[in-house]
Amino acid sequence: MKRVIEKTVRWILTGSGFVTSVVILLIIGFLFTEGAGLFGEPVIEEGYVLAVNGENPVKEMSAEEIKAVFDEDITNWKELGGPDLAIETFRLEDADEYFTEEELGPQYGNAGAAIAALVASRPGMVAFVPELMIPEESGLNFIEDRNISPGEVLGGREWFPTATPSPLFGILPLLAGTLWVSLFAILFALPFGISIAVYMSEVASGKVRGFLKPVIELLNGIPSVVYGFFGLVVIVPMLQQVFGLPVGESGLAGSIVLAIMALPTIVTVAEDAMRNCPRTLREASLALGATKWQTIYKVVIPSSMSGIASGVVLGIGRAVGETMAVLMVTGNAAVIPSSILEPLRTIPATIAAELGEAPAGGAHYQSLFLLGVILFFITFAINLCVEYISSRNRAKNN
Amino acid sequence: MLVCSLLFCGAADAQRVKGSDTLLPLTQELAEQYLDTHPAEEVIVTGGGSGVGIAALPENTTDIAMASRKIKFGEKMKFAGLGLDAVEVVVAYDALAVVVNPSNPVDSLTREQLEAIFRGKITNWKDVGGEDRKIVVYSRETSSGTYEFFKESVLDNKNYMSSILSMPATGAIIQSVRQTAGAIGYIGLAYLNKYVKPLAVSYDGGVHYALPSVSTAADGSYPIVRPLYYYYDSRKEAEVSPFISYVLSPEGQASVLEQGFIPVKVEENAPASLNDR
Repeated sequence: MKRVIEKTVRWILTGSGFVTSVVILLIIGFLFTEGAGLFGEPVIEEGYVLAVNGENPVKEMSAEEIKAVFDEDITNWKELGGPDLAIETFRLEDADEYFTEEELGPQYGNAGAAIAALVASRPGMVAFVPELMIPEESGLNFIEDRNISPGEVLGGREWFPTATPSPLFGILPLLAGTLWVSLFAILFALPFGISIAVYMSEVASGKVRGFLKPVIELLNGIPSVVYGFFGLVVIVPMLQQVFGLPVGESGLAGSIVLAIMALPTIVTVAEDAMRNCPRTLREASLALGATKWQTIYKVVIPSSMSGIASGVVLGIGRAVGETMAVLMVTGNAAVIPSSILEPLRTIPATIAAELGEAPAGGAHYQSLFLLGVILFFITFAINLCVEYISSRNRAKNN
Repeated sequence: MLVCSLLFCGAADAQRVKGSDTLLPLTQELAEQYLDTHPAEEVIVTGGGSGVGIAALPENTTDIAMASRKIKFGEKMKFAGLGLDAVEVVVAYDALAVVVNPSNPVDSLTREQLEAIFRGKITNWKDVGGEDRKIVVYSRETSSGTYEFFKESVLDNKNYMSSILSMPATGAIIQSVRQTAGAIGYIGLAYLNKYVKPLAVSYDGGVHYALPSVSTAADGSYPIVRPLYYYYDSRKEAEVSPFISYVLSPEGQASVLEQGFIPVKVEENAPASLNDR
């Protein structure tokens, strides 16, 4: 009987470990396949073409150029290597301005032919229309379409996922925003966190610790939206006044909120590690004549380094992946920040804000998954660093 | 015979209304009131966004599609290809107010100035007659229908500048505009309060300016107004018309006003088939 129970327990334990690993691998696999799908999407919206007059020699346009043309920032074909000719843009929404209902015909049967004729009659026009609408043998040229390349995504500096005709998926501003805000969050949280941990484990009396520890752990239980609101209503106006900023929503506001959120993790884990420092080590140090302070920084902190490091990495992990609080206080402007006092946009905030309305399976949807992959790699790299630090420490201690 | 019995079954079934989240609370309210007077009927209202509602119409997973935008040309083409004749009804109007900080001396802007501000071509208030102060531009997130409508109406389909501050909710825009001296943003008329100042807007190059209010939006003098639509299949006219006529009735339009939207004048709004126009 006993053996049966033992066997079952063993099976359950093995099984749960196995299931967890498989689930994690499945999630990662899903993330990667969806994210990689972005590079199979065309630059111009699926099913649409950019039609130009048959005499127009321009054959290729980058996504940035297409956006600039339709935003009327580029207004002449010579800027794109064509003739000196003003650019006219045409979208389907403009059909009412050019044609009457009769010209479009019942059920819009003639719309394609009418638009093709319009483009053929205007040498400077570029039309953004569904591929199926343009009749064959229309004599029009089409701007060559190709797939979105990894270079323009990973090296792109503009994030316009809903721009038509060609969305821009440059992730540099989002990546820079995430790293920037997390870096400052850790710079704020680290000294505070470690000193609170040292105070609680070495200096504070049992009574003070008994009060302080639950209070700090309570910070962990506050929902992140609440931190976000606190940041938006208190920290943002405060920063605006202190630094005389035109706008208070900034990377700094985000880092402060994140630092507060990461504190409890850092404090709890680091304090536990220090308290687990063997009594014999402390006593040996004190017996050798070291002062209490010398014992703390020569013996206790080095011996609990791996615990402190894992507390820090958990804190960084929280900062990098935090969504809601950051969404509310950083202003979410997708520009590469040049200082911490500027608004910025982070990867998790982007995913949270945009995934809800991105059509499933489309380029925008896949680009958000790609952002998830990048976030995964960031945390992965941080974890590797910590493994390295703590293994080196273990080796030294031994 | 089969068709007849199917039609009868359809009439006994619940009416399904699906689409725009802007219209969702209003339609739910209207449906509740409608059911008070017609206890035998059943109306099921769900959200999901304008695009979702319109896409559900040909799939026959909804009877009425709610939309906070006009049906797109591409969607019309798709309907035409399926031989579906969708009927469009305007059930209410929604105005967008452009708001600034109350301390800002600027009272009015033209559409061209607004376009330049939201596209980052004008970056200082002194260029539009205000103080020498940087303009801080707030927008909604890309997922919002309000974002799309403002882009269409005010920006003439061009893109916002990349350094625009995008906020997750209307409440956040109000909070930020309230505490930032150089701020400008846009919100639904129903959200206007004393902490932000609405601007008078002109779409004719500065000849006529109008402040956003229910009356200016209703008489057409305030330009940033979007109609809110119901679409339904003309073959289902008999099933859906009791509910739609309740929505357009004086009681229905009274709750439209109560919910912060602008009522439609009933006589202007005879249901029109898309193919008749």
